[in-house]
Formats: sequence, structure tokens, C-alpha cells
Amino acid sequence: MGVRGVTVPAPSKVVIQAVSMRFPTDGPPTEVLTSIDLDVKDGEFVCILGPSGCGKSTLLNIVGGFLKATSGNVLIDGQPVTGPDPRRIFVFQERGVFPWLTVEGNVAFGLFRLSTAERAERIAHYVKLVGLSGFENAYPQELSGGMKQRLEVARALAVNPDVLFLDEPFGALDSITRLVMRSELLRIRRAEKKTILFVTHDIDESVQLADRVVVMSTRPAAIRRIVDIEMPHPRDLSSPRYIELRDLLLEEIGLAHKI
Amino acid sequence: MKRLLPFSAVAALVAVWFLAAHRQTSGLFPDPAQVLLGLVELFRRGLLAKYVVASLYRVSWGYLLAVVTAIPIGLLLGWYRRGEQALNPLLQLLRPISPLAWIPIGILWFGVGDMAAIFLIFLASFLPLTVASMNAVRNVPPTLLRAGRNFGLSNRRLLTGVILPASLPQLIVALRISLGVAWLVVVAAEMIAVNSGLGFLIVDARNAGNRYDLVVAGMVMIGLIGLVLDVSIRQLEKMKALKWGYGA
Repeated sequence: MGVRGVTVPAPSKVVIQAVSMRFPTDGPPTEVLTSIDLDVKDGEFVCILGPSGCGKSTLLNIVGGFLKATSGNVLIDGQPVTGPDPRRIFVFQERGVFPWLTVEGNVAFGLFRLSTAERAERIAHYVKLVGLSGFENAYPQELSGGMKQRLEVARALAVNPDVLFLDEPFGALDSITRLVMRSELLRIRRAEKKTILFVTHDIDESVQLADRVVVMSTRPAAIRRIVDIEMPHPRDLSSPRYIELRDLLLEEIGLAHKI
Repeated sequence: MKRLLPFSAVAALVAVWFLAAHRQTSGLFPDPAQVLLGLVELFRRGLLAKYVVASLYRVSWGYLLAVVTAIPIGLLLGWYRRGEQALNPLLQLLRPISPLAWIPIGILWFGVGDMAAIFLIFLASFLPLTVASMNAVRNVPPTLLRAGRNFGLSNRRLLTGVILPASLPQLIVALRISLGVAWLVVVAAEMIAVNSGLGFLIVDARNAGNRYDLVVAGMVMIGLIGLVLDVSIRQLEKMKALKWGYGA
């Protein structure tokens, strides 16, 4: 709370300004994103929700510096994004871990600038944080899908980034593991306050995790609506408010409530 | 029981060989026992060890030279697309030329001796290894490259820390195949370019009075050593850090 009871808004971390993306094809270029504007506050958890293939991953790749937008700007901390940067780490579906490195080796991957002692300390801390203690010397192929995903999150957190980009990180997991991973992510987020941009096509996932849900339209993707999920954590998945928000998003995405 | 199957196949072959040798009319083709005696004779005269060492010496040098040059060159070519575009047609043009076709050139450049044979083995392993390393880079999953870039790796670090390890499973298959080729080529090279080694033994034994027992003895040694080389290099595939590449 600021002076005289007025809430001081958190500073912007990620600012997306009029970002459009067209991919060249044989015929006319395919338009993927049209004029996206989004302001993500420092420490905020934003879910980008949209149907498969709508271009939400493209947006995340532009913000992450892996793709260059056809027009528009992305600013992080006021600086334009020109390429990938270790201060903001991208987490892929489990395939992103290095299969030739052990759990320890993967977590250590981004820490090559640190001293041996500091590196060991970080490894131990993040292996423990994601619940992989005892598996330090295991190779990824010896881990389950959920454990590989934890490993990737640990590797990302170990370099102490300010922003995490997660591109459908739990999409390849079974539904039970997915639920466990969501509460794990929220637990980790309480321990390490990061700004998180999370791309998903799962409505429940977005209502369970996000502070705000950005609903995207089908291709060419534009922002249809931004929904505040003002529920405190832990969220009760059977509370009327949860169901109300979920139904609102269902409707916004254009789906019926019955199967 | 399963482990005995290969041995029974060898035993069957020896039996057929024995029968065939005793039904021939020319009398030149040796039976298994004569070949065994031939091997003993070579061993007693000190030629067996000498020739095996000579052949392995040439293969080692030619093959190792190819490995240390082809892998870095192939990885760089795969990494810098321009390089690949420039050199790939040339590589594809040289590749179908059998290393044996180079024998006259090898002798012209290096004379009759070890160097000519080493040159041929180098050529035979260099081209397939270069092409395989180039392709291996192209098959590195893009997510892994992007992860590497995301952590701020320099190009050099990316090459040694991501591209090389991600290519290793494919490289090891290529190493194994090219070692087999190198062993095939050394025998052929020795028939022409030098006067020692197992290839020389085969030609020499025939020329020096139709000693077909020694010819076959040389063939048996070539097969056995080739088998040992293959089994040894296969051990690399069992490394734990590589297992991911073999679907294990």
C-alpha cells in the first residue's frame, strides 16, 4: 500500500508493443500474430491461453529473443530484446534437458562462470528445491517425464533469471503428474519470486496458476480478453469462483459447457 | 543356448569346408587342418606377429589421422551452413571413388611403402567420417541448441558443450563403420603398395608357389582381427552418457 491508501502498481517487467508476425510462404505470407500489446508486471504470473497452433508459442519465442517479430517491439526492463539472454530462461517440454549430462551436470550447465564452490552450492540448492535429491548422478533417460521437467526447471532457476518462459511445460505429462507439477511450480514460485510467462492450451491450468490469463484468438492471433484471476493461493478447485472463472474462459475460447 | 548359435554356424562352415576340400580334383585348395598348420608355421617363422603389427600400424595411423581431422572439419561444416553448401558437392563427388582407385596416385605421391598405404586408409575413412559428422550436426535437436544459446554460450562453447556431445551417438556409429572400411582397405593397399602385412602375405603366398594354406591363413587372421576391432569399438556405445542415443 502506498501513501493515503493508494496501491502503488508494480513496475512493468515485460512490455510487448504492437507485435505482429508474418511467416513467408509460397503464396501470401501467413499472418500469425496481429498487433499484440501486453504489459507484464515484475513478479507477475501470466498465462497465455489459446487453442493449439494459434501462435502463442510464436509470441513466447519472440519475447524470449529466439524469433524476430515482423513489426513491433518487446522491452524487458525498458531494454529492447535482441536475442536470448541468460537473465530470462526458456523452459521447453521435457525434451530440453541435455541427455548426455547427469542431473547435476544439467543443473550446472549454465553456471560455467561461477567458482567451483559457488556452483556446488547452487546445484545442491536447486536439486533439493525441485525434489530431485538422491538423483544427482542419474541420467535423464533414467528419470520419469515429471522428473525431467523438474530438472529443466532447476537448470533454469540455477542461473537466477528474473523471467521464466514456460512453453506448455507440462503438456507431455499424464494428468496426475501434471497436477502435482502445477502445485510444485507454485511452491517453487513462492520460494523464488520470478516473473513468469506461461503458454498453455489448458484452461484449468491457467486458472490454477496465473495471476492473469491472456486469452488469444485463433490464427491470426490477437488478444481477445485479459482475465484477472484474483483468487489467493492455494486455490480451491471446487469453489464457485474457480468454476465461474473457468466457465468464463471456456466461453471466451468459444467452447460449450457440456460434452 | 543362444550364445552357442554363432559357434555352431562356424562349426558347420568348417565342416562344409573340410568336405569340399576333400572332394576337389586340383588339390590346391587347403582343408581347415592345413590352414591351421599354416598359421602355426607363420607363427614359428615370426611372420604372423610381424604382419599383424604392420597392418595394424598402418590402419592406426591412417584411421587416427582421419578421425582427428574429419570430425572437427565435419562439425564445423555442419555448423556453418555456407561451408557445407560450398564443400558438400565436392565431398559427394569424391565419395564414390573407391579408395582402391587412389592406389596409383598414392604410390606416385608417396612411393611404395607405409606412407602410401596410410594415405589410402586416411582417404577411405576421412570422407565418410566428414559427411557423417556434418549430418550429425544437422540432426541435433533444435531445442538443445536453443537451450545452449539461452544460457549465453559462446559459439565455441556451444560447439564443444552441445553440438559435439549431441552428435556423439551418430559419430560413434560412423567411427565404427569407417574403422571397418579402413581395415578392408589396408589389406588391399598391402597387396600392391608394400611388402609386409596381411594383405602382402596373401599375394606373396600365392606368388611364392601357390601356398594356398597361407593364403587362407591370412584371410582367417584378417577376419579375426576385424572382428576384434568391431567388438572393441562397440564398447564405446555402452557408455552411460551415450545410451540416450541408442534408444536404451
